[in-house]
Amino acid sequence: MIAIIDYKAGNLTSVQRALQKIGEESIITHEPEQILNADHVIFPGVGAAGAAMKSLNESEIGSTLKQCLKDGKPVLGICLGTQIIMESSEEDGGVDCLGIIPGHTIRFQFESPNVTVPQMGWNQVNYAQDHPIFENVAKGTNFYFVHSYYPAPQNEENALAKTEYSGLEFTSALTMGNLVATQFHPEKSGRHGLDLLKNFANWDGRL
Amino acid sequence: MLNKRLIICLDVRDKKVTKGIKFKGNVDIGDPVEMGAKYSEEGVDELVFYDITASAEGRPIDLDMVREVAAEVFIPFSVGGGIRNVEDMRNVLLAGAEKVSVNSLAVRNPEIITEGARLFGRQCVVVGMDVQAVDVSEEFPSGYQVVIHGGRTPVGKDAVAWALEVEKLGAGEICVNSIDADGMKEGYELNITGKIADAVNIPVIASGGGGIPQHLTDVLQKTNAEAALVASMVHYGTYSVEEIKNEMDSHGVPLRMDW
Repeated sequence: MIAIIDYKAGNLTSVQRALQKIGEESIITHEPEQILNADHVIFPGVGAAGAAMKSLNESEIGSTLKQCLKDGKPVLGICLGTQIIMESSEEDGGVDCLGIIPGHTIRFQFESPNVTVPQMGWNQVNYAQDHPIFENVAKGTNFYFVHSYYPAPQNEENALAKTEYSGLEFTSALTMGNLVATQFHPEKSGRHGLDLLKNFANWDGRL
Repeated sequence: MLNKRLIICLDVRDKKVTKGIKFKGNVDIGDPVEMGAKYSEEGVDELVFYDITASAEGRPIDLDMVREVAAEVFIPFSVGGGIRNVEDMRNVLLAGAEKVSVNSLAVRNPEIITEGARLFGRQCVVVGMDVQAVDVSEEFPSGYQVVIHGGRTPVGKDAVAWALEVEKLGAGEICVNSIDADGMKEGYELNITGKIADAVNIPVIASGGGGIPQHLTDVLQKTNAEAALVASMVHYGTYSVEEIKNEMDSHGVPLRMDW
């Protein structure tokens, strides 16, 4: 059973539908007990960091997520979920975040006025390290992105994959033990995205 | 690098995909869920479903259809037509759409853009705008005006000014549909598409006029539009998604080729 953490940050049903498509049972929940009892945990999210952190701070979800990580449970962060596992985010005037991975979430800044923000569309994900979630997924495979902010980990060992947008290379996936997190949306990335989710569902959390 | 996007638009009426010429006369051409899934497998980058009669009939969008599409399609898709308020937006997003598209509603009630962006994130809010060439004047410095009701009703707004306004209000993306080019298969309206794409800093989708793959290559290479939308080119089997993408790829348009 995969628990999809519900902290009132956007639409979680698309993640659940993708899991259904690959034959994985899942539950959308904010109950600590259900999250702690799941085999795998997905921490998704769409929307703004400020509102998301407010919702997390008003619940036990943050501490539950940290407990899952301590227990060695495989955890997958997606998009906003990935951004708020950092120490802070520049969004909403600056927000303290969960501080699980050292580093900060920062906004795209470009000299050229012609670069659109958010980055919206398909871009190549180049993983720098082998990881179980990228098994049978080629380096440079296109995944779907939609975001204005990205995680900038302090330590290079946490940067699992990089992607280039208008001359800027940013971290598009993070790794730290049993935690893996993507800035892109595997649930919206067609066949390769479903493969990645399947790899996650089959992962025991060990590297 | 970020790829340009090929988007297929499916106009839906009574649970059937339909295609009209210049907003007049429609022919049914298939089931939206089956067609969406097929295009997705064939490599299209995004889909748009317009419930073209919801608005006229004063009923909400067919949410069952949105749910059925979402169960079969694992690429981004947006839904438009008949959005009346933020509650409708919420329902469409919860039914599984990635984005919601508003057009005439945004003209009548621009706050919907700001409210939708605040509640769901601006990336969810696509503003569609139908544009029509007019004489350049003080009122229309770009030489294009915004129209609604399929081109029948001018709203007294300059196309570029309106694009800048919706960006400021919180739109995450703009779909520029040329009423003059729509259904004509003679190519996209490069002039206004380019002007709007240069003016705003959010992605612009070119719509209306695509007839051959070269038209898509032209609009994506000669303007800063990030996506081109097609309908009849693919619905009648004239071109497959792969044929279009291969030809654009051969002309150097950056595209997702590894679906």
